[in-house]
Amino acid sequence: MSTAREGSGREDFREILRLVRPGTRVLDVGCAEGELLELLAREKGVDGQGLEISPAGVSACLARGLAVVQGDADHDLDHFPTRAFDYAVLSDSLQQMRDPRHALAELLRIAERAVVSFPNFGHWRVRLALVTRGRMPETKALPQPWWSTPNIHLCTLRDFTALCEDLDLRIDACAALASGKPARAINPALPIENWRAETALFLLSRRGESKASGPAVAYDLLGEPETAPLKR
Amino acid sequence: MTQTLAGAAITDGDGVQTGGGVHRFPSDRPLRLESGASLAPLEVAYKTYGVLNADKSNAVLVCHALTGDQHAASIHPVTGKPGWWSRVIGPGLPLDPGRYFIICVNVIGGCMGSLGPSSINPETNKPYGLSFPVITIADMVRAQAMLIEALGVDTLFAVVGGSMGGMQVLQWAADYPEKLFSAVCIAAAPRHSAQNIAFHEVGRQAIMADPDWRGGAYEEQGVRPEKGLAVARMAAHITYLSEPALQRRFGRELQRDGLSWGFDADFQVESYLRHQGASFVDRFDANSYLYITRALDYFDLAGAHGGVLVEAFRRARNVRFCVLSFSSDWLYPTIESRDIVRALNAAGCRASFAEIETDKGHDAFFLDEPQLDLSLRGFFASAAQVRGLK
Repeated sequence: MSTAREGSGREDFREILRLVRPGTRVLDVGCAEGELLELLAREKGVDGQGLEISPAGVSACLARGLAVVQGDADHDLDHFPTRAFDYAVLSDSLQQMRDPRHALAELLRIAERAVVSFPNFGHWRVRLALVTRGRMPETKALPQPWWSTPNIHLCTLRDFTALCEDLDLRIDACAALASGKPARAINPALPIENWRAETALFLLSRRGESKASGPAVAYDLLGEPETAPLKR
Repeated sequence: MTQTLAGAAITDGDGVQTGGGVHRFPSDRPLRLESGASLAPLEVAYKTYGVLNADKSNAVLVCHALTGDQHAASIHPVTGKPGWWSRVIGPGLPLDPGRYFIICVNVIGGCMGSLGPSSINPETNKPYGLSFPVITIADMVRAQAMLIEALGVDTLFAVVGGSMGGMQVLQWAADYPEKLFSAVCIAAAPRHSAQNIAFHEVGRQAIMADPDWRGGAYEEQGVRPEKGLAVARMAAHITYLSEPALQRRFGRELQRDGLSWGFDADFQVESYLRHQGASFVDRFDANSYLYITRALDYFDLAGAHGGVLVEAFRRARNVRFCVLSFSSDWLYPTIESRDIVRALNAAGCRASFAEIETDKGHDAFFLDEPQLDLSLRGFFASAAQVRGLK
């Protein structure tokens, strides 16, 4: 997972840093060498915990003094207790999970909120590559050929929002990310965004558990994220 | 055996203040054992490195393994060899005595000064032998807790240990979580498996089959079951190594040119094992081996908590855990450490876990393992920062 994250650049880190409230407990699933957790601890006073599969990543986290568990997101999420965290972060890894639907449900069992980012398979470059060349696309967000990519469950923005609907999840915020550019707040329901967003980042919570008066969808990412106060 | 406290400190060649001795508890403070028996007067041998700071926040308890002892980082009085964890404890090392007050306690049942089967039974004025009560890991930990208190230490910055030492760490977390800030469990398991018990039974039978064992009363009869103890050690030693490590080190190499066509130690691996067995009997007591292996076999942390390991850690939510395993350890394989970590996570404890890639087997925690050093260094450094240690 570490290589995939490097490919995504740091735009998602900056966005996650902005979304996460100070002093909260964060689980970073697929935390690689712990850059994000360290950043969150330093800038937001976050109490972080990482889950990472690669021995090198785990060692690097431990050497940094981070709490990290060597494990596999496909199997080890089940062992975390309900609501152990305020946020669960799954950055650029959902498409690599054996069972993304289960993983997403688990993230929102373990944590009040989930921050999930993934490469949008509906992006125009992807569609164009498939239409014109008739080959599996290789783009900036999806650099590897089909036979070596770890991305086994690719989805489009539309697919993802449908899954959220299905799991009764609320989209609290959504942003489009592209390497080298600042994050752009988007309405994921707009068909045009499914063409434009190279990578999408969502802030999710469970429906019916946040303030009833709160907006169903808060797209305004330029201000403070519209999230209900965390119950801790 | 007078009461000795940490005040009796000396400074060793590295400028490290060391202390220790044998602490004798008054007879009205017996060690109450899990079996229902009790031991009095309790004597506990220990060694310290470094100095307890003014707010008593820098104490680290290091728990030793089956055949280890309190001489973790100083020259062993019997073998003359460096301490068993002198790779980890020392100036500039992950456990620096310049920063921490490090305590290592000989487990009860042991043979390096703490009360054990070779101690004199005050009721008979003879060595206890088999009249020594069966002890458990929890009993060892209770004795340590009594000593820590006697040394004026209320809370431990860390409790750390490998193998049986790691089991003591888990027991500490279950029994005295309020006294712990952090806990490091290396190459251990939450219970002894059938295979673990089976290997120990081979060792015990080897000892008891030695005619010099004399039903455990060998000491008063002036003999020692050295052959049996050596065989026990040889069998156990194989479980501490890995097949690739043995192959790399010895392969099928011969001691001399050609085969002897007899039963001498033709192969280097045979010679090595014989040496391991023979040198072990110089420093270890056969009855202690029986008692401590028994304590390990009886260890089942989940079993003691209604069969649910999570329950053992329910009160340890404020303890920072680090669990480490070695990829080639088949005595306490990684899956055992993973069980511990899952239970810790489920109990809501802050836990780190890493499986260190090595082909050195179970004994890797004594050996040159840079990844282990890095992990320990990072874990202790960040815990010390949170604890406000300088």
